[in-house]
Formats: sequence, C-alpha cells, structure tokens
Amino acid sequence: MTSAPAPVSDTSARLAPPVGLLAELTHRCPLQCPYCSNPLELERAKDELPTDVWQRVFQDAADLGVLQLHLSGGEPAVRTDLEALVAHGAGAGLYTNLITSGVTLNESRLHALRDAGLAHVQISLQDVDAANADRLAHYEGAHAKKLRLAEAVRKTGLALTLNAPIHRHNVMRTADFIDLAVAAGARRLEIAHVQYYGWALANRAALMPTRAQMDESIAIVEEARVRLKGILTIDLVVPDYYAIRPKPCMGGWGRGLITITPSGKAMPCHAAATIPGLLFDNVRDRPLAEIWTSSAAFAQFRGTDWMLEPCRSCDLRERDWGGCRCQALAFTGDARNADPACAKSGWHAAFTAAAAAEASAEPPPFRFRRMAAP
Amino acid sequence: MTAPKRAIIDSASRPRLAPSTMLREDKARGGWIILAPERVFTPDAVAVEVLHLCDGVRNCAEIAQRLAATYEAETDVILADIVPLLQDLADKGVIAA
Repeated sequence: MTSAPAPVSDTSARLAPPVGLLAELTHRCPLQCPYCSNPLELERAKDELPTDVWQRVFQDAADLGVLQLHLSGGEPAVRTDLEALVAHGAGAGLYTNLITSGVTLNESRLHALRDAGLAHVQISLQDVDAANADRLAHYEGAHAKKLRLAEAVRKTGLALTLNAPIHRHNVMRTADFIDLAVAAGARRLEIAHVQYYGWALANRAALMPTRAQMDESIAIVEEARVRLKGILTIDLVVPDYYAIRPKPCMGGWGRGLITITPSGKAMPCHAAATIPGLLFDNVRDRPLAEIWTSSAAFAQFRGTDWMLEPCRSCDLRERDWGGCRCQALAFTGDARNADPACAKSGWHAAFTAAAAAEASAEPPPFRFRRMAAP
Repeated sequence: MTAPKRAIIDSASRPRLAPSTMLREDKARGGWIILAPERVFTPDAVAVEVLHLCDGVRNCAEIAQRLAATYEAETDVILADIVPLLQDLADKGVIAA
C-alpha cells in the first residue's frame, strides 16, 4: 500500500453501533487446517487478554449496542475460563455463540456452558469422509470427536450449526455434508467455500476448486434449500475468485463488526493486520466505544471517501463497499483499489485466471497451520 | 433419531419461541429484535405483539381471539394473517410448534 493517507470525513455523528463482536480468545488450536483464517503470524498464549479484560470488553460491547458475541479462535475451549467468559457475555445480554473445532470440549463442560447462558454452538467439519477430514485437520480422530460433540449439543437443546469449509478436496461431497447436517439435528449449515486470506491464501493452489466444481456445489445447495425448507437453513459462501461482483466484505469496513485478537487488538476484520500502516488500538488501552467511533484503523476505509476508481463513481459503492481491502492489497498492491473479484477491476482477468490455472493443476502439498518456532 | 420434519402451522398449533432464540428490546437502536444463530431479525409491531402471545400453551386460534378482542376485528381475518406470519417464522427457525 502507498503511504498517502486516505481522506477521512467525520462520520461519528451518524455512525450506527456495531452488531457483532468477534472475540478471538486465543490462537492456540489442536487442529492445523491449511485454510485457517487466522493470520500466518499467530499470537502467543503469554500475550492473551486475561479474563477480567475480556469481561469488561463484553460489557462495553453490550452498552455500545452489540447484539451478537462470537467466541472464536483458534480453539476457544482451550481457554479454561471459557465458562466465566460465556456467563459474562450472556449476562450482559449478548447472544453468545461458540465457534469451535469440537475436539477438546466434553459433555460436562458443554452443560456448564449452556448453564452459563450460551445460546448457540457452531462446529466445523473438515469433510464427511473421516480419513480425509483427519488428514485436513492433521489430527487423528478429530472427525469422530466432532460428531460426538454435535450429538451432545443436540441433546442439550442448544442450537447447532455445522460449518463446512469447502475446497477442491471435499467440494464433491457437498450433498453429503447436507445429509450429515440433517442427520445430526443441526438447524443450520454453512457451506462456506474457503476465502483466501491468511493460511488459505498461502495454500490457495492446494485448495482452489474449479469453476465447474463451484457451480455444481451451488446447484446442490439451491436444490436442498427448497427440499429442506423449515428443517435446515443453509448459508452459502462462494469463492469470489469466480465472482463478477465482490462481496460486501464485513458488510462494509467498520460498519457492523469489531474483531478483537487474542492480545486485544481491535480490528475491522480478522485479516486487517495484513494491511501495513494501519494503526490498531488495543482494548487494554482504550474503551471500546471510543475505538468504534475514533480508532484510526476503523476510520481508514469506512464509508466511501477513501475510494479510487472504479469504486468512487460506481453505483454499487454503498452496496459492496468496494469489496475486501485485504484482497485488494494482496493482489493489486494497494488496499484502496477495487477488490479484484470485481469485473470492473483492471486486475480481475488475472485474478480469475490465477484461480483457474491453479485449480486445473495438480495440487501442491499443504502448508499446515502451525505456530512458528519462538 | 427420527428424521426431522418441517413444522406446519395451523389454527391448532401452539407456537413458542424456538430454543436458542431470543426476543428482546434493542435499547441502542430502539424497537424489538429477534436474535438467532448468525441472524438478527427486526419484527414489525404486529409480529412483536403476536410473538409475545406465543407461549407454547395458547394455540393460534386463541392468539387470534386475543388480538381480535384488542383490535375489535374478526377472529377469522386475524387468524388468516397470523398463520402465514408464524409459518414464515417457523421456517426461519424462530418459533417452534
């Protein structure tokens, strides 16, 4: 990115409160999925926020108008204070979601979390084929543990979502994921084609499906949505490398979501640290309400004043907000450019061609998600 | 486990908020909201009033009678309005019956 500061207008007077808070409680995780959305530079346990700071942040979030709290990671259940954190979030009136790999939680902890006020559990699945799932997670027996936890969640009466990150090694089993979700008693399923940030970007050539595979998976979801109306809600995330218009990333920069990293950095999206020059505030140092209205990182790409062409004069600029800043930076070298997923971007043809070339070549070996040696 | 079925709402259904669904006031923005997994719904005033009557005990006919008394309207007309409303909310997983 160039160093020229984007023009920032004072939007604080008419700024709506955020809807969601994504709390990355830790970057520790027993799984090593090569498409992890965490940054390549993972934060360490010694830098994690203590219980009382998280609790203050949750109360501040509720006071600010946040409605949904997403407890994520890494694997949030490696935090031994998870029950206390859930109790505090729920007590503050937040709808509290747990986003888990499902391999470390047992039934008694699950009951404690429910009693603490947890509303919803989302379990990720790597595949429906156990051997392939365990290979992707680089964890022997992970799949069986996940299915056991899903059954335990259903028995507690908590809402259950299954999340299936989709790529070239499991896209052909989209229909099986749907069958599995129904059989497991989930009311919601995410068929989420991998988004290429963090570890997924590093593994893009190993993961990218072909256009035909993507199209088939979309057709399968559309058929199942009709057949399973009232039984299973299926949310579909498509890989934007084959899109014509970009996704409204995060619903627009600094418009609806705050992400807090394990060490307390407040970011407009979980990949924002890849953009050099952004100044992030830490929740240890500054109240959340002030971060929302005044943090430099949130102001940088909020609204439309920062946009270059073709976004600046585009009729859709307040619908897709120019797409994803991180993807614009990664592919064009300037975070202010249009997301290359947009057909109006000068980089779009190269962007799509890169995906098609990788998808039709032999997949390289995975680079598994691991902490670097200290 | 038996195969899950779609809940079909009719006058005899006894709707209630689904487990893990919350209906609450939104003090920061005003009005009422429904919180559900990865969803925030903003029901209109009529839907909020109907949802407050969905206690799992009253059936739809009884809910319609209550509203008819309040609004001095025909019970059948109200029932014909609230059944599709509740069916839509059931399909979204907001209510169970």
